[in-house]
Amino acid sequence: MTDYTSWSASAIAAAVRGKKAKAEDVAGAHLERIRAEDPKVRAFIRVLADEALEAAREVDAKVAEGRDPGLLAGVPVALKDNLNVRGVPTTCGSKILEGFVAPYDATVVERLKLHGAVIVGKTNMDEFAMGSSTENSAFFPTKNPHDHARVPGGSSGGSAAAVASGMVPLALGSDTGGSIRQPASFCGVVGLKPTYGLVSRYGLVAFASSLDQIGPIARNVEDAALALTAISGFDPLDSTSAPSQPRSYDVSSGVQGLRIGLPAEYAGPGLEPDVKAAVDRALAALRAKGAQTVDVSLPNTKHAVSTYYILAPSEASANLARFDGMRYGFSTARANARLTGLLETYEASRGRGFGPEVKRRIMLGTYALSSGYYDAYYGRAQRVRTLIKRDFDEAFRNADVLLTPVAPTPAFKLGEKTSDPVQMYLSDVFTIPCNIAGIAGVSVPCGKTKGGLPLGVQLLSRPFEEHILLAAAKALEGL
Amino acid sequence: MIDEALVKHVARLARLQLTDAETAAMKRELGAILDTMEALKSVDVSAVPPTSHVLGLTDVLRPDEARPFAHREALLEGAPNRDGDYFKVPKVLE
Repeated sequence: MTDYTSWSASAIAAAVRGKKAKAEDVAGAHLERIRAEDPKVRAFIRVLADEALEAAREVDAKVAEGRDPGLLAGVPVALKDNLNVRGVPTTCGSKILEGFVAPYDATVVERLKLHGAVIVGKTNMDEFAMGSSTENSAFFPTKNPHDHARVPGGSSGGSAAAVASGMVPLALGSDTGGSIRQPASFCGVVGLKPTYGLVSRYGLVAFASSLDQIGPIARNVEDAALALTAISGFDPLDSTSAPSQPRSYDVSSGVQGLRIGLPAEYAGPGLEPDVKAAVDRALAALRAKGAQTVDVSLPNTKHAVSTYYILAPSEASANLARFDGMRYGFSTARANARLTGLLETYEASRGRGFGPEVKRRIMLGTYALSSGYYDAYYGRAQRVRTLIKRDFDEAFRNADVLLTPVAPTPAFKLGEKTSDPVQMYLSDVFTIPCNIAGIAGVSVPCGKTKGGLPLGVQLLSRPFEEHILLAAAKALEGL
Repeated sequence: MIDEALVKHVARLARLQLTDAETAAMKRELGAILDTMEALKSVDVSAVPPTSHVLGLTDVLRPDEARPFAHREALLEGAPNRDGDYFKVPKVLE
């Protein structure tokens, strides 16, 4: 029997389209792998076995009838559980969405289905995507497939762990401050955060709307590019969707003559030697393939974490106001035959439905937006955001792609940072600026620590230059 | 300075019920988080415009056309309390 669980998404799609493999067999092999592995890794909140087999049979029928089955024909895909799939519960890793069944498909889900992808399940995440370890899930923590005593990273930890352990070749996550790139790095897979506005956010549960972006997690760069081709492009249902023409992302252009920028501020103390060594390896590989290196400076990097932890919670406090116990999800009014007071229902439903990290961020955001503090916090952070964005504009005058670490350390131990929110926040220091500036970023595997943990490096590009970014990422494969 | 009264005020603004233990923890944690943000106050932003989002798109409009939603019943089914085709909510105006 062919072991489809080691195949790439591109190979599966080519085989299914070319009648060399049946989508149903591919789905069956991955569901079998999930049954064997997931009790240990716990990447999935929900597995959609019957639905996946049915979708796979439909793909096979299309192929048999000679109709185009799409770019991702028969490719099993896992979705972070903040993406809506019609008829399936969306939990967002939270108790407050208890009982909620999505009444519509997210645009990315619609596009995946259109391209013949087979959705096999919804993956675990930090509640409302707030966290860097998937330990803030209201249900259970996910384990790093490379070491079950360690975190998979977060917040898209379930998606990264599912891809890394062969349960799916491809998954979608969302990235607000590193939530695709950091877990991809911790799990040894590729994670792409596209340019803000390139992928529609319609049907993604909103966390921080000016920073959120959906992107693929895959085992190689070509698969990430294929997924981006399928899901990207203008969507009238997302008013922040960038007007753009559909395009096919090719990763074969190479790095000859490409100018790789090394930001001085990303090489500071606190970086583990193994992480530094991974960046050096990547640099040597890019040089060997014809890229040049230039030194660049992003002087406002030191303010990025503070800026982010004002802006993101502020936006979250507004976005999460919709969870009010009135229309869907957890509600203290559900249990009561007689309705209690309005304010009491709001406060009790939210107080009991949200977990500690979400409450902390709602409080932080509400404070930063409140009368008397707005100018000192939110207003100021928006202005510093401009400075951070200008730093990148300046750096990209001399460099085409920037090379940096993804996180200061490899995957840390479960429980290591849960008691100190500030330490957890600081682990996002290298991924946050990309979201603040709205540019594109990718995390690519680049060797392992002496102890065998995966290490990734981050590449950043100008907005809408994913074709250049992914070509550079491709040059790092196999290190 | 974050004190208990401020935590309670913000929790009320956020429509968030906190236990006494949560209020105490929030006071400590918000204080620690805001301490790390002190350096932001030293940045000269007097001549810098704010960025609310990066694309520069403004006033994105579409025709104001009503379209039926195909899964109306699925929406209503999620309601904690419903009365026929209505969401049933507590009295808003006393």
